[in-house]
Amino acid sequence: MIDLHGFGPALLAGTLMTIELALASLALGLVLGLLGALAKTSPFKPLQWLGGTYSTLVRGVPELLWVLLIYYGTVGLMRGLADLLGMQSLELSAFAAGTIALGLCFGAYATEVFRGAILAIPKGHREAGLALGLSAPRILWRLILPQMWRIALPGLGNLFMILMKDTALVSVIGLEELMRRSQIAVTASKEPFTFYMVAAMIYLGLTIIAMIGLHLLERRASRGFVRSAA
Amino acid sequence: MNWDVIVQYLPRLLDGALLTLQLVAISVLAGLILALPMGIARASQNFYVRALPYAYIFFFRGTPLLVQLFLVYYGMAQFEVVRKSALWPYLRDPYWCAIITMTMHTAAYIAEIIRGAIQAVPPGEIEAARALGMSRSQTMLHVTLPRAIRIGLPAYSNEVILMLKASALASTITLVELTGAARTVIARTYLPVEFFFAAGVIYLIIAFVLVQGFKLLERWLRVDACQGR
Repeated sequence: MIDLHGFGPALLAGTLMTIELALASLALGLVLGLLGALAKTSPFKPLQWLGGTYSTLVRGVPELLWVLLIYYGTVGLMRGLADLLGMQSLELSAFAAGTIALGLCFGAYATEVFRGAILAIPKGHREAGLALGLSAPRILWRLILPQMWRIALPGLGNLFMILMKDTALVSVIGLEELMRRSQIAVTASKEPFTFYMVAAMIYLGLTIIAMIGLHLLERRASRGFVRSAA
Repeated sequence: MNWDVIVQYLPRLLDGALLTLQLVAISVLAGLILALPMGIARASQNFYVRALPYAYIFFFRGTPLLVQLFLVYYGMAQFEVVRKSALWPYLRDPYWCAIITMTMHTAAYIAEIIRGAIQAVPPGEIEAARALGMSRSQTMLHVTLPRAIRIGLPAYSNEVILMLKASALASTITLVELTGAARTVIARTYLPVEFFFAAGVIYLIIAFVLVQGFKLLERWLRVDACQGR
């Protein structure tokens, strides 16, 4: 067995932090992606422009740069906010900054996935809702969203795998997730290969778990649908 | 926003951008060469031919690039054999470590693109080539690959853009590429917003130029006309 020099529990705690970060960013990213897709498909021009700018801008800049920009770039902003609220000091924690940065990036890609899903729903469904006298929010909630989910799921699954690997970037701003904990263990043990390999295997394990979960979700979402032969 | 300072340090950012371009260009080209045999093997009917590239691809796609980078740059030094070997001057150098890791990383993704493209070539065309008396390797060279290149090109251009963004990670192993340059300038000026913003704009410009370049390439290869619709 591999000698972890007593860093096993620390790595485990880091893994938990990685999972928390991934789930928090996922929640934020799904909301942003949904809003982005609705903005991009709305008939209102400024909203279309806003959605388009968001997804293009965020997707064109490296994730690492977003993490750094949001963590170091908001210091002045938060100080201003603290002055305004009359508080001593206010700063974004590494976890919050990481969640915002990764959520932002996930949301930009999810915008395109959701947009594709919205466009894939037959127009007749919306018209049927209108003919039944449903209001626009109700059509969205009862007709569009439940169907979008099924179509968007494979795309979102891929994005989640990417998100999970991107959580490693947040170690750069000092959040004690799996990667950072491994770095600490390396400093103490002087065995970089061992610990980074263990970290790699944990990420691989998380990826496998996510793949299985997604497979189950996809099966549930597409129940009642015959899979077309590829 | 302090524009004067941005202009003052712009040459340093552009030097960084040059290194970024170098890293991306070398890794996506070397990655393509490495991925070609792997993608072909991955599309094979034989399980034993498929298994090894599959394991490679699974590892490199399932773990973060940052971990891979650290494994190569810091991890290799753990072994006495590596430190004594002739390759040590290269494996000690962050530049070569970044290129090696990025190449191996992107090769895994490109191999999957090649496999998808090869499998998307209509079987009728391959059968037609075989019926005309072409050998297996002739069919691969003259029919399957030219066709697969056109099918896979849009996905390859996506991968290049993703590598452009991934190259920012090279700054974590002390390379002064675009993100690294922004970080060193910020350490001197204490102006994070200005310089991360400037770096972001430069990334956007590079990505835009690359996308336009691939559009030209697609037109030159007549990708649309070759889809056979």
